[in-house]
Amino acid sequence: MTGRLNLRGALAIFRNELMRMFRTIFGSILSPVITTSLYLVVFGAAIGDRMELPDGASYGAFIIPGLLMLTLLSESTSNASFGIYMPKFTGAIYELLSAPVGVVETLIGFVGAAAVKSLILAGIILGTAALIIDYEIAHPFYAFGFILLVAASFSLLGFIIGLWADGFEKLQVVPLLILMPLTFLGGTFYPISVLPEPWQTVAMINPVVYLVNGLRWTFLGASDFPIMVSLGFTLAFLMICVAAIAWIFKTGWRLRE
Amino acid sequence: MDNILEIRGLQKTYKGGVKALDQVDLSIRRGEIFALLGPNGAGKTTLIGAVCGLVRPTGGAIEVFGEDISRHWKAARRRIGLVPQELSFDMFDKVIRQVRYSRGMFGCPPDEARIEEVLKSLSLWDKRNVQIRELSGGMKRRVMIAKALSHDPELLFLDEPTAGVDVELRRDMWRQIDALRAKGVTIILTTHYIEEAEEMADRVGVINKGRILLVDDKDAMMAKLGRTEAHFTLATPLDRVPGSLSAYPLHLEQEGTCLVYRGGDGTGKGKREVADLAQDLVRNNIQFTGLDTRESTLEDIFVDLVEDKQAEAAV
Repeated sequence: MTGRLNLRGALAIFRNELMRMFRTIFGSILSPVITTSLYLVVFGAAIGDRMELPDGASYGAFIIPGLLMLTLLSESTSNASFGIYMPKFTGAIYELLSAPVGVVETLIGFVGAAAVKSLILAGIILGTAALIIDYEIAHPFYAFGFILLVAASFSLLGFIIGLWADGFEKLQVVPLLILMPLTFLGGTFYPISVLPEPWQTVAMINPVVYLVNGLRWTFLGASDFPIMVSLGFTLAFLMICVAAIAWIFKTGWRLRE
Repeated sequence: MDNILEIRGLQKTYKGGVKALDQVDLSIRRGEIFALLGPNGAGKTTLIGAVCGLVRPTGGAIEVFGEDISRHWKAARRRIGLVPQELSFDMFDKVIRQVRYSRGMFGCPPDEARIEEVLKSLSLWDKRNVQIRELSGGMKRRVMIAKALSHDPELLFLDEPTAGVDVELRRDMWRQIDALRAKGVTIILTTHYIEEAEEMADRVGVINKGRILLVDDKDAMMAKLGRTEAHFTLATPLDRVPGSLSAYPLHLEQEGTCLVYRGGDGTGKGKREVADLAQDLVRNNIQFTGLDTRESTLEDIFVDLVEDKQAEAAV
C-alpha cells in the first residue's frame, strides 16, 4: 500500500462524516434551510414586489443566488471545520494520524463530505425557494459547477480553520465575523452597480462580491462582472487552500507534535 | 527470532526544549509481549507516538517489518494497531459503527463476520447498537481495543490498557492480550501496574527521562536484579553479626534485635540461603522468635533502577 491511495480509508471517513450530519439533522440541514426560507419570505415574497432593480428583474429571484451563497459559505466552512475539530477536541484524531491515510484521503473524506453536505443543502434550499418565489436557472450546468466549486473551496477553508482552532469560539470567528458580513456587503440583497462612489470601488475589494455575482450570472444570465472573473477568483482561492493543506500535512502543523 | 521493530538513536525534543526521547535504541521481537515501564513523563507515550505517527521524531530511525517507516509509512501503519491511554472516540456514535469505521480507515474491506468476532471476543456484541457514551468506563476501554483490532494488526501498542479499570476487568483484559499473543500478534504495552508486566510480559524495558535504562527478559531481569529479604526477630539482641555467619549477607537493625538477610538473585537462591541461615542460627544457639521473608518484585527492581540512575545523574 506504500504511497497508494487508500480509497477505503477515504470512503470510511467520508461515510462517517455524512452519518454525523444525519445524526445532527436539525443543526446541519433544517436550521439553515429554515433561516434561508425566512429571508426569502421576508425579503423576497413580502417586500420584494416593492423593490426595483435596474434591469427590471424580480427581486425575489435576484436574492436567491446571494442567499444561497451565504448559506454555502457559512455551512461549508462550519461543517468542514467542525468535522476535523471534533476529533482534535475528543482526542480521536489519534486514529486518523495512526491510520494509513494521507492528505488526499483526508481531503476526500472530510472536505468531500462537507462539500456534499453543502450540495444537498443547496438542493433543498433551491427546492424550498421554488415554493416561495417564482424563479428559473438560466445556466443550470454552470450553476451546479459553480456551487460545487464554491462548496469545495470553502470546505477546504473550513478544514484549515478546524486545524487552526484551539477552541470552539475560534470555529465561529471566520463564518460569523468575516464571511457573513462580507456576504451581506457583497451584493446579496442589491446589485453593486446601485452603490454610490466610493462604496462601489470599496465593494470591489470584497472577494465575496465575485462569488455572489458568479452565482447570480448562472441564475439570471447577467451580473456586475463577467463569469470568468468569478470562476478565476474561485479557482485561485481553491488552489491556495489546497496548497495550504498540503503544507500543513507536510509540516504536521497543528496535527502532529 | 526476527525483530518486528527496530528503533535506532530515536530522539524527540519538543518545542521549548523538553527532551522526551534521548537516543533510544530498542528492538522488539516478533510475537513477544514487551512491557515498557517508566514513571510519568518518562517518554513511554512519546515513543509509541513516534512509531504510530502521532509524534514527529527529531532524530533517529524506525524500521517496522524490515522497512523504513518514514518511507513506507502507509504499508507499515496498515499492520500496526494502537490503543491510546485516553478514551478517545465519537461518544455519540454506536459501537459497531465505530469499529467498522476503524476497519475501513485502515484500508480493510467490509467484513461483518470479522467485526462480529472482534466484538464477541471483547464481550461487546450485545452492546453493538448502543451509543458509546452509555457504556461504562471498562466497556469503553474495550471499544478502544475493538477498534484497534478491527484491521487485524500484527503489531499492537497498548498504552496503559488497564488504567482505571477494576481488577476483574483487568484480569479479563490480560486474558484477551494472551489470546492475541497466541494468534501471533506482537504486543508492546506500557503500564503503571508492575503486576501486569510481571504477569504477561516476555521482556521488559525500563525508560526514564527519555532514555532506555534496561531491556531484558523478564525472568533474566528478575534473576539478575531480584532479591530475597528475610528479617529474623532475635530472642536476645546481638551487638554484632557473629563471625560464623559471615558467609551470609547479613546486618543488624533495630538495636540488634533484628537480623536482616538481603541477598539471592531471584532464581530461588535467596530462599535456599535463608533456610540454611535458619539452621545455622539454631546450630549457633541464636534463638529467634519470628521470621519474615519477601521476594523483590519487578516493582522493586524498577524503583531501584530509576533511583540508582537518578543518583548517578546527581553525582
